[in-house]
Amino acid sequence: MSQIGFADILWNLIMAAGWTVVLSLISFVGGGLLGIVLLFARIGKVSWLRVVVKIYTEVFQGTPLLMQLFLAFFGLGLLGIDVPPSLAAGTALILWTAAFLVEIWRGCVSAIAKGQWEASASLGMTYVEQMRHVILPQAFKISIPPTVGFSVQVVKGTALTSIIGFVEVTKAGTVLANATFQPFTVYGLVALIYFILCYPLSLSAKALERKMNVTHRH
Amino acid sequence: MSLIAIDALKKSYGKTEVLKGIDLHVKQGEVIALIGKSGSGKSTLLRCINGLEQINDGAISVAGEQLINDELHLRALRLKVGMIFQQFNLFPHKTAGQNVMLAQQVVKKRPKADAVAMARKMLDRVGLSDKFDSYPDQLSGGQQQRVAIARALAMEPMALLCDEVTSALDPELVAEVLQVVRDLAAEGMTLVMVTHEMAFARDVCSRVVFMHQGRIHESGPPEQVFNNPQTPELRSFIGMTG
Repeated sequence: MSQIGFADILWNLIMAAGWTVVLSLISFVGGGLLGIVLLFARIGKVSWLRVVVKIYTEVFQGTPLLMQLFLAFFGLGLLGIDVPPSLAAGTALILWTAAFLVEIWRGCVSAIAKGQWEASASLGMTYVEQMRHVILPQAFKISIPPTVGFSVQVVKGTALTSIIGFVEVTKAGTVLANATFQPFTVYGLVALIYFILCYPLSLSAKALERKMNVTHRH
Repeated sequence: MSLIAIDALKKSYGKTEVLKGIDLHVKQGEVIALIGKSGSGKSTLLRCINGLEQINDGAISVAGEQLINDELHLRALRLKVGMIFQQFNLFPHKTAGQNVMLAQQVVKKRPKADAVAMARKMLDRVGLSDKFDSYPDQLSGGQQQRVAIARALAMEPMALLCDEVTSALDPELVAEVLQVVRDLAAEGMTLVMVTHEMAFARDVCSRVVFMHQGRIHESGPPEQVFNNPQTPELRSFIGMTG
């Protein structure tokens, strides 16, 4: 068996980190799209839909992501559906991301002052028109910093998918640590890679927040 | 024929009845001041007229449009009566001009060019023709309130509801807003206003309505209400406010 050098370790981790990025993007974009749909149900006028989405978010926020991954991986397998780790990972992370984003965004909508609703209603706008022209544009602006901030959680959340066998940077790290007997070096590099992925996101969230506090609110 | 007709209006919050049977008819061109202590129900009454508060009993109509609590009827009613708020409630993400244009385009489906022209005309009317492209946070409170008035006027309502429109303003900015309201009254706009500006009410209004504990306690022309109050409650209220 040939020796695995530092450069090999690093190279393999970087390759695997590509999958971390891909899974993060899928989760964030998919969760965001699902989150928008759920948001409209959550703040809409149909009361049973609001309740359904509320229960959905409570369940996904109130259980560990790891359990959700297990259930997606093994649960669907019980139904006779052969689930590859990538599909289970993507599905669970999308559902999990959506559950958090919908609550973040709902908070942004309810942060818009009551007077905005009253003024637009007094001008004869319907609920949909108020949402589209008055409430959502303002809510969107204040939602950007917390949404970008949450993307950090998504990136770190992908680490758990290693446990169901999806080969991203953490799983690759485990394999390499076992093969090289250098767990500290390997996991140190893995942590560094996560940091390199997440730190710019944190920074931009902070920058966006500062920018919105300082400049005019338009 | 009344422009605004309020009959046997009752309104409760939970078990607390805040309006206990209000009858008030406002003719076109009348300028009504609603006065009274806080908690007397005057703001609630105003907010019932355009459906911002749901009523429990009674009937309201404005220019023949009944207050019925569905979007279609509410829209029809709100096209007849505009409202101006204590906190201005301008849309902060839009310029003064866009604030005045938005509902024209969305609700009245006016083409953009017409909406722009109307917005310029209305901003000019409130003395802010040079502020078309300013955002609300670049304007003083008095200017913001005048934009809010222009925004309401651009919908060409038959009446305006004014809910303590100068109460959030610094003292030196009150006059410019009151002047705009005074001009509207002089031009024959029907106004119903909740106000603490007694001198203004005395000066501008055709009728003063004194509310006390959810009822219209006394009403009449300003000289009668202010100079010759009939009830001890109104006497003490006027004594209080000078």
